[in-house]
Amino acid sequence: MARVLIQMPSRARRGEVIEVRATIAHPMETGFRPGADGRPVARNILQRFNCRYNGELVFSVELHPAISANPYLSFYTVATDSGTLELEWLGENGFRQLERRALQVT
Amino acid sequence: MNFSLPPAFQADRRAILGAGLAMVLVSPAHSQIQGMGMAPGKQMAEAIAEFAKGQRVQTGRVKLEIAELVDNGNVVPVSVSVDSPMTAADHVLQIALFNDRNPQRDVAIFGLGPRAGRAQVATRMRLSTSQQVSAVARMNDGSLWIATVDVIVALAACIEVES
Repeated sequence: MARVLIQMPSRARRGEVIEVRATIAHPMETGFRPGADGRPVARNILQRFNCRYNGELVFSVELHPAISANPYLSFYTVATDSGTLELEWLGENGFRQLERRALQVT
Repeated sequence: MNFSLPPAFQADRRAILGAGLAMVLVSPAHSQIQGMGMAPGKQMAEAIAEFAKGQRVQTGRVKLEIAELVDNGNVVPVSVSVDSPMTAADHVLQIALFNDRNPQRDVAIFGLGPRAGRAQVATRMRLSTSQQVSAVARMNDGSLWIATVDVIVALAACIEVES
């Protein structure tokens, strides 16, 4: 499992727009970089990020090799109901990581 | 005392200076085009046209924030915000980031909707050389808006060798 840092409030008022910031440890190997033997290192990138709020997709990203290593993403969502935010990263070589964070809406 | 040189030699000296200057001017551009395999401006224009699917792309509403002078091309913070109320009736569907001279033109495509609340995203990208970066927003009414920034890169991405 890759190390993940997620910064978001744990509670919010109903209707409030909250910021979610997420970083995941991943090399995002472009496939253009020469390795120690002079040949390009095989490509290995994250291709997709999804954020679901109580099951509903509220934000997604299609990532390409031009995204830096350890991808950082910042986005906003409206706090509608108490529940969970599911952050999902999908990548090459079968990479998948799912993180859940609870959000209490008052 | 007047050290005037014979006219023939003066002409030679000018020719040599001129040739040297031409080399300095031509070589960097030449090597960049060789490295990227595409004429400048073409890669991004094609990417934007493909994303727009034949629709007209207008300037405005999109704010692209990226440093104009970048020290390290491996990690360039970039932020895009779009002037939109983000309601069910009027919101941003997609924000796409494109570059002009990286080996590949796509950077990221963000999918948004009314649940986003605010049309603002941020990430960190790679830049292989000094070039243009564009952000294109697709609204739910089908209109497209663009912002472009010129970026100078001191240390390029994609060159470091694995240690």
